[in-house]
Amino acid sequence: MGLNSKAWWGGWIVFLAGLLVLVGLFSLGVGAVHIPLRKVVQALATGRGTPEYAILFDVRLPRILLGLAVGGGLAVAGVVLQGMFRNPLVEPYTLGISGGAALGVALNMVVGGSAGFGLFSLPASGFLGAFGVMIVVYLLSAGGGQIKLSRLLLIGVMVSFIAASLIMLIMAMTKVQDLHGIIFWIMGSLQEPSSALIRAILFISLGGLIVSLFFAVDLNALSLGEEEAFHLGVEVERLKKVLFLLASFITGCCVSVTGIIGFVGLVVPHLMRLLVGGDHRILMVTSYLSGAIFLILCDTLARLVLAPTELPVGVITGLVGGGLFIYALSRRGESL
Amino acid sequence: MKDGSVLAITGLSCGYGKRIVLHGVSFAIEKGECVGVIGPNGSGKTTLLRAISGFLPPRGGTISLEGRELHHMGRRSLAQRVAVVTQAPDIMPPFSVEEFVLLGRVPHWRGLQLLETAKDIEIAAEAMEMAGIGHLKERRMGELSGGERQLVFVARALAQAPHLLLLDEPTAHLDIGHQVQIMDLLRELNREEALTIIVVLHDLTLAGLYCDRLILLHEGRLRAIGPPEAVLTKGVIEAVYQTQVTVMETPLGGRPVILPVAGKNQ
Repeated sequence: MGLNSKAWWGGWIVFLAGLLVLVGLFSLGVGAVHIPLRKVVQALATGRGTPEYAILFDVRLPRILLGLAVGGGLAVAGVVLQGMFRNPLVEPYTLGISGGAALGVALNMVVGGSAGFGLFSLPASGFLGAFGVMIVVYLLSAGGGQIKLSRLLLIGVMVSFIAASLIMLIMAMTKVQDLHGIIFWIMGSLQEPSSALIRAILFISLGGLIVSLFFAVDLNALSLGEEEAFHLGVEVERLKKVLFLLASFITGCCVSVTGIIGFVGLVVPHLMRLLVGGDHRILMVTSYLSGAIFLILCDTLARLVLAPTELPVGVITGLVGGGLFIYALSRRGESL
Repeated sequence: MKDGSVLAITGLSCGYGKRIVLHGVSFAIEKGECVGVIGPNGSGKTTLLRAISGFLPPRGGTISLEGRELHHMGRRSLAQRVAVVTQAPDIMPPFSVEEFVLLGRVPHWRGLQLLETAKDIEIAAEAMEMAGIGHLKERRMGELSGGERQLVFVARALAQAPHLLLLDEPTAHLDIGHQVQIMDLLRELNREEALTIIVVLHDLTLAGLYCDRLILLHEGRLRAIGPPEAVLTKGVIEAVYQTQVTVMETPLGGRPVILPVAGKNQ
């Protein structure tokens, strides 16, 4: 990596960060009530009290920030897992984390345990479900102190199936209004009333990016296989454990707040690998930014298409992401 | 251990799962030697290399590197001293040649370092020049021929600035021109940079031609060790490889040339 390509990296980061700001501003302005940019600036200047201010900063901005945090977080978790498994088809939901979160939420809705925790009830149960699954998958895969990746992948996929079956069982036995709640949660939404929770997710996802970056070079070494990475001084076993826990933690936190927003963690790293190459240092940063852009755009679409009715954002990410993915695969070169 | 030994191995046993591949192997290697490891398929050559690189923990015996017990050394400090060129994998990473060679600098990075320094780039450039692949630095790894790929792997190992270089069949699948190119490069590194080299080779003549000493493994045991003329004798080769050969002297320098005798398998 010569000095030229470092300038190239900087160019990508500046470009995507600029795009993120533009997309954020666009998303602030559009919706059921259209607010032109001039009014946005005005509302900023005059402060609280106007209806524009309330729409912009109490309704739309929190969604944009949550979109940034979750889009970026899922994309980085995807980069980490795809790098660790050396498999571009792995995504944050492959290892059962999302299934666990959904199971936790479904159980909560059926049992009706929302009374005690109020706003935090569903995220808390999603979090517990996600981390229960993470611990089960980890313990089952880490026999003898070593994680075998093929085993980890298979166990993760199986746990996902089991969680999905249990959710269907719960849905089959539940009341209609609970059913509706479970389905909507599973489809994912960036509507989150608690600003404390949004701040927490933003902190976790940015922190996750920074921590992941310190493993980026080890992931580069791992791209040739575990033995090669070992010869380059990487503590391979420790690396695999840390990366699994890190990616699962980011995923679990994101999913427990927004529900299962699909395709971000699969498609974004994949597309970025085609654009910026396989070096995980630049791949992580650009994937974070693009994941944020992608999710904010999809959420804006979800708000716009049938406004004032809102579509589930998971449907939009699936449609747009799936289309992009097929496009990328059909153009796939040897560089994957 | 003798003074000046880079590597001292005593009573080494090593294996995979329940299967023991190496049984009680002992030898020492001096600084600046170029040692060839030969033996039939399955005799434990790659396993020996994996043990010396620290990848396979020993079941018995000890390996000491520059006077320190190898398995008590941290991963990083081991990677700063020992570089390994494994048999090249089929899947190439999506890196350019230069990016790939720069990975060799990673063991020398400080704790949380994220970017290579100008010095790293300079050392990688030197390594590529030494391996004669400076002109390939912008190329993608997936676009290289077998010979070029092998030189890139050697360049990455050189970028590691090791004290000991291990190579597992670096000439496999290469034509005779590229075989000589790789072996000449190793000899130059050995002579001019005083790099200690251990190389696994299948071609006995090539091994005899380039190595100071040879280690012959047979069924996981050390069968012979010494200068090529002493190890590559008709009797030893026929017994170990179970085939008839003719051993001649090269007209240049008196190293042995091993010729198979067609249709004479025992």
